[in-house]
Amino acid sequence: MNLIAQLEAEQVSALGKDIPDFKAGDTIRVGYKVTEGTRSRVQNYEGVCISRKNGKGIAGSFTVRKISFGEGVERVFPLHSTNIDHIEVVRRGRVRRAKLYYLRSRRGKSARIAEVTNYKPLSGAKA
Amino acid sequence: MRSGIIAKKVGMTRLFMEDGKQIPVTVLQMENLQVVDQRTADRDGYTAVQLGAGAAKAKRTSKAMRGHFAKAGVEPKRKVAEFRVSAENLIAIGEEISAEHYVVGQKVDVAGTSIGKGFQGAMKRHNFGGLRASHGVSISHRSHGSTGQCQDPGKVFKGKKMAGHMGAVRVTTQNLEVVKTDADRGLVMVKGAVPGSKGGWVTVKDAVKKKLPENVPFPAALKSAAAAAEAPAEAPAEGGEA
Repeated sequence: MNLIAQLEAEQVSALGKDIPDFKAGDTIRVGYKVTEGTRSRVQNYEGVCISRKNGKGIAGSFTVRKISFGEGVERVFPLHSTNIDHIEVVRRGRVRRAKLYYLRSRRGKSARIAEVTNYKPLSGAKA
Repeated sequence: MRSGIIAKKVGMTRLFMEDGKQIPVTVLQMENLQVVDQRTADRDGYTAVQLGAGAAKAKRTSKAMRGHFAKAGVEPKRKVAEFRVSAENLIAIGEEISAEHYVVGQKVDVAGTSIGKGFQGAMKRHNFGGLRASHGVSISHRSHGSTGQCQDPGKVFKGKKMAGHMGAVRVTTQNLEVVKTDADRGLVMVKGAVPGSKGGWVTVKDAVKKKLPENVPFPAALKSAAAAAEAPAEAPAEGGEA
């Protein structure tokens, strides 16, 4: 393992984030820490994960898309961000793409994703 | 004026801070960084320390340099560089400098040899705009265009920006912030990019355009001092003599 990979692995374990197993197509709820003035609270953002990038490493990120007041909204979260309080999987979707960018041009019925009925947790992983 | 260091560029990564910020950092590693020689005012007319870093095979080191390293009592070094210091900040020959030489939050200047780009056109080399995509332009969409006037002056002025060799020159990036240091592994992490490719040698100095923080070690953070005293690592009292 080279030094950069080692440093990144150390940082991932030092951050100690409990990241569930999820992929594109899953509906997830992200608790994001918001600071308003001096007060800090956790804001939930729920939507479909349409892309995961750069794996599980320190550079990893994921995109969550939702329809907010009739307008499509996408947010990109760094996987290991210290601003993320928790990530929850609400529903597991069955899709045939790694990146669901086609959802951007769809609305309503055609933008639905079927649910996985036979989900098996990864060995050694919870959630 | 304090000595700088020679370091190897390992690569870039990111650090997540407590407040949710992520900082892009370049990891610089110090390998066996030792003082090889001194320049003194009465002998050389100026004061400086010569540092050596890395490890070179003895059989690949020239006889002259082997003698030079033997005189200092250090292993052959891969990279040698001189740093101007004021007379009271001279460091004894053979001393090893640790990564605590820099404190978190301080600004540094990093110099290295930039990545060579070969022969490049005026658009890439000097950010020229090129010619138009249509309106009668043929074949020369990425050319530099006119290079001057007419019969008067009748020549192209010297220094005219044109296509040519780009990169592989010494570049200094100023005022990079030190984000983290790791004395055990000899790592210094600075915010932002640093000239050169991975595995290249760079020199790190205190920023010339920013004030030096008060808690930096003088004349340097030495490994001998850190090992000898149970006092803080940055108290090298004996490092300044000789």
